[in-house]
Amino acid sequence: MSNTRFAIIALLVGAVLAVACQFIQNDYFFNAAYTVLLYAILSTAWNILGGYTGYVNFGTAAFFAIGVYSSIVLYKAFHLPLGLLIMAGTVIAGVAGIGLGYLTLRLRGHFFAIATLALAVMLFTFVTNWDYAGGARGAYVLVPREVPFGFPRYIRYLFTVMVGLTVLAIIVARMIERSRLGQGLAAIRDDELAAECAGVPTLRLKLIATALSGGMMGLAGTTFPFFISFVEPVGAFDLRYAVNAIAMPVIGGMTTWLGPLLGAVLLGTVQQLVQVTISSAWNLLIVGVLLVGFVTLAPEGIMGWVLAWRARRSKPT
Amino acid sequence: MANEQHTAQADMPTPGERSPDARGGASLRVEGVSAGYGAVQVLQHVSLEVTDGRTVALLGTNGNGKSTLMKCIMGMVTPSSGRISATIDGVEHDLVGLPTERIVDLGIALVPEGRRLFPRLTVEENLLLGAYRPAARSAIARNLDFCFEAFPRLHERRTQLAGSMSGGEQQMVALARALMTVPRILLIDEPSVGLAPIFVSRTIDKIAELKERYRLTVLMAEQNFNQAIRIADSGHVIVHGHLEFHGRTRAELSDNDMVRKLYLGA
Repeated sequence: MSNTRFAIIALLVGAVLAVACQFIQNDYFFNAAYTVLLYAILSTAWNILGGYTGYVNFGTAAFFAIGVYSSIVLYKAFHLPLGLLIMAGTVIAGVAGIGLGYLTLRLRGHFFAIATLALAVMLFTFVTNWDYAGGARGAYVLVPREVPFGFPRYIRYLFTVMVGLTVLAIIVARMIERSRLGQGLAAIRDDELAAECAGVPTLRLKLIATALSGGMMGLAGTTFPFFISFVEPVGAFDLRYAVNAIAMPVIGGMTTWLGPLLGAVLLGTVQQLVQVTISSAWNLLIVGVLLVGFVTLAPEGIMGWVLAWRARRSKPT
Repeated sequence: MANEQHTAQADMPTPGERSPDARGGASLRVEGVSAGYGAVQVLQHVSLEVTDGRTVALLGTNGNGKSTLMKCIMGMVTPSSGRISATIDGVEHDLVGLPTERIVDLGIALVPEGRRLFPRLTVEENLLLGAYRPAARSAIARNLDFCFEAFPRLHERRTQLAGSMSGGEQQMVALARALMTVPRILLIDEPSVGLAPIFVSRTIDKIAELKERYRLTVLMAEQNFNQAIRIADSGHVIVHGHLEFHGRTRAELSDNDMVRKLYLGA
């Protein structure tokens, strides 16, 4: 399927989904669905670097928080409309991705992972001490009284925006997968030295991957202040973003765009259900158990399972 | 996709004939190179030259710096001092400080130690990745034909996963993949490592054949002395990061006392 065709189909599916959901009466559904979509974007973003390129990033929360705080600051300073805030946050997080890449991409394997963790800690300290952005106390973001486009509630509007952003993220991820860039990234993942010998410009491709991945994580964060309306550093840098962004692609499967989406929808939904029925304290525990289960029993994730099953079926026995 | 390739093919070089008349030769010069990892000094003031169309062997046992020298030439390790340059068609290029992909672009390719194939890709996909650089990409179909002509066996096995092949066949894929970058200077790091004796001599023969066919300039690191000097025009013996001996001819190498001591235990 060509990129254009896939994009059209994805946009259509997104539009149908967004419209169909408007018929749901319960507003809480939109809260839950927003969170699931947030994770879908985060895990799609993480997978560009973690799945396609093989570089594990523990700093998801840092890029996410860059998106969150860029929206807070720019909204407070200039009252920019949501569309511009989304673009600004994405670009800033993308630039941060390039910066992180320049400093750390010469490191391989574990060392890169540790460096990304350090980035999150550094930014956390910075934001905690930044008074204009609310510092340790946190910042309130007042949701505009007028809901755009005649949506009855602001959360319904945010949810619809999030559906659009998720579709966008998935289209980008799939385009990368099928491109020469994706081919080069896969070569880096399989054997970086061999990729270098083959003339793959490894550093440049890795920088592109961190920029895209980081920018997309920022994108996920840009609408968050309007969703939660009160942001403080501990919440914005929460461990669950980094953990979920890794767990969801691992559970779904890391080699295709569908894997992170599947993982996010499944794991995200389970977490939302557990949060309502039992307690949110269980969420990370569930992630942990599922992660251990999948890594030991199905290391290729759900998609790997499906692909293996299809290969078995197509082979005449 | 096939159409695009065919239109761009006409004026692109292939491994065999980068228009032989216009060729001014390709040579490699390493001058006083020292390099290491952190505090560990691996190469000490190494100088050598590979002139156009020659095969130079870099002889030495494990851990003496052969691979490090190869990596220095390819820009994967930055020397702490010294100069590395390649003269290709009369133009001299300083290699130190260039990123690896630029060095590959100039026409220098490395067949890494241990082959380093992409095991989960097919033979053909491995070769296609060798043509990642733009110059090689446009002549991809023709270069692929050339590689399959040089390695008929790989043509038979082109849909097989590279990781499922025997060591000897994998070495052929590694050589073919390097050829896909349309090199003028070919660096080969330990082609015999991990191969059964029969495959060692076949691989060495193949290197000699490729060199003739594609008029390559070859620098080959090897521990298997007897096999290496079968095809080398000259050679250097490297011991603890020093070039201890330079044999200008095959005879000089095999008659040398130090070589005898190092390799034959006499």
